[in-house]
Amino acid sequence: MSSQAVIEGPEAAPDSGPPPPPVRAARLSDVVRSEWTKLRTVRSTYFTLGVAVVLIVGLGALISFEIGSHYQNSGRLDRATFDPTNSSLASVTFGQLAIGVLGVLVITSEYASGMIRTTLQAMPRRGWLLAAKAGVFGVTALVVGEVSSFAAFFIGQPLLKSGPAPYATIGQPGVARAVFASGLYIALAGLLALGIAVLIRHTAGAITVVVALYFVLPGVANALPTSWQQPIEEYLPSGTGRAMAAVVHQPHFLTPWPAVGVLCIYVVVVMAAAAWSLQRRDA
Amino acid sequence: MIEAHNLTKRYGPVTAVDDLSFTVRPGVVTGFLGPNGAGKSTTMRMILGLDRPTRGAVTVNGKAYVDLPAPLHEVGALLDAKAVHGGRSAYHHLLALAQSNGIGARRVREVLRLVGLEAVASRRTGGFSLGMGQRLGIAGALLGDPAVLMFDEPVNGLDPEGILWIRNLMRALASEGRTVLVSSHLMSEMALTAEYLIVIGRGRMIADMSVDNFVRSSSQQSVLVRSPGADTLAGRLRIAGAEVHAQPDGALVVTGLEAAAIGDAAAAAGVVVHELTPQQASLEEAFMELTKDSVDYHAAGPAGPGGHQQGPAGPGGHQQSTSVPSAQRGVA
Repeated sequence: MSSQAVIEGPEAAPDSGPPPPPVRAARLSDVVRSEWTKLRTVRSTYFTLGVAVVLIVGLGALISFEIGSHYQNSGRLDRATFDPTNSSLASVTFGQLAIGVLGVLVITSEYASGMIRTTLQAMPRRGWLLAAKAGVFGVTALVVGEVSSFAAFFIGQPLLKSGPAPYATIGQPGVARAVFASGLYIALAGLLALGIAVLIRHTAGAITVVVALYFVLPGVANALPTSWQQPIEEYLPSGTGRAMAAVVHQPHFLTPWPAVGVLCIYVVVVMAAAAWSLQRRDA
Repeated sequence: MIEAHNLTKRYGPVTAVDDLSFTVRPGVVTGFLGPNGAGKSTTMRMILGLDRPTRGAVTVNGKAYVDLPAPLHEVGALLDAKAVHGGRSAYHHLLALAQSNGIGARRVREVLRLVGLEAVASRRTGGFSLGMGQRLGIAGALLGDPAVLMFDEPVNGLDPEGILWIRNLMRALASEGRTVLVSSHLMSEMALTAEYLIVIGRGRMIADMSVDNFVRSSSQQSVLVRSPGADTLAGRLRIAGAEVHAQPDGALVVTGLEAAAIGDAAAAAGVVVHELTPQQASLEEAFMELTKDSVDYHAAGPAGPGGHQQGPAGPGGHQQSTSVPSAQRGVA
């Protein structure tokens, strides 16, 4: 290649090429645009999001159908606390895991490939980088979470009805809130996974911790004496999720909005630790 | 312009980079040399703000890297050609990098054309050969049309055509007035591209000087002498302070005296001289000798070799006045 092929720097002779493009300082919005490009240009994004939608909507329909067809045989107590909205959102527990895997991959795929060093070379402001990653992923997870939660609701309720079992309509008090909060839970749980991944940096390690947090810890809590079990379950992220998606208040769980608050505290604390770690450690 | 001041990096008990101070100037290709494990990549990572120095500081264009408002416009670097997400296409990889500094898609297509990857722009980089990966990395480095460029072992694993391309590119970039820092563990490669050298061994500065000075000052200057009166001449030369080694074929290898002084001594003694050839050490030999010294230095403690490094000042036009003292600082 010849020297003229390289776009001219400030030192270059004025007649040797087109004028250099205007240079301006990078902005946070540039980093957001960059992270959006990264997220939408790898297949793992579509794969994990697709799995999440299939789990939440498909499994949700299956669970609604099952519950509906068994409702006639259920006991008096179960009928008294039956929450049709929550029933069709039960699959969110599984779907959020797929979203959590994407949250992990958003950062660990960069560490696994070494891309993180290329990324930080282009954008050394690590706080901006984390904010942009969290923002782009969080909004994506929220959109996918809301769409699939509402889809699970609108597909699940007719299946309950045909059971026949009691069913909810979106206009009933607390129903729209529960479905919306369910989508919000998916996004917040995903952000928690992303924060954990920034701290751990390895895909397998981070996914293990996320699975432990959502599936192993509740089981461990179940094995404890009741006096310990209830407050632990109540305040675990999975417990806040159950509370958020409920229309009929479940005993020993938080009410919906305080549950959102508790989950937000988790996210803020883990993200703060992640930001600190990202700033401190060598890439 | 890259300026390092007392740059030090320790990993636990291991000191990877030990008190390096140097300046990389614009307009020439500066070779960054050292054996494998000498601390070259660590130093480059510190320049780019990826690793935090244990002590000391380094600036690019007068600023710490993290304070550069638009880093890609000031520094382009290729540290590791494999440091890309293999599932993303070349175009999207570069686009994501460009966007983070507010650079548009037009420039992405430009650099792809520049490095000859246009035809594979939409292919995922996971399937790229090493040479294509290097070209992609260089495309990324050129995105912001930066005045400072850094390449870590850029010719490693490339075919001859790729090596030639990179060599010409480096020289072209430097001739445009850019600062170009290229690391290598191959002295022979640097002999072809670099005009200026920073040599480190075990994290320490060994030499910081022009290539010409490096060869001149880092190896013993010797003169090959053939004479029918070799014995007489050898005696005279020893008296004059030279060190003389007789070779099996009767030739003398003389150190400590320049060719002209040897000729004068022979004339004064009335000895006929058949050959009088100054021996120039190759860059490779000079490098081996210097890095050997750095190993000896570490093994033997603070009694480092010193004096022999300062060869007689030659007539070279672009000798740097600061270079020889800094070499002494490096080993003393």
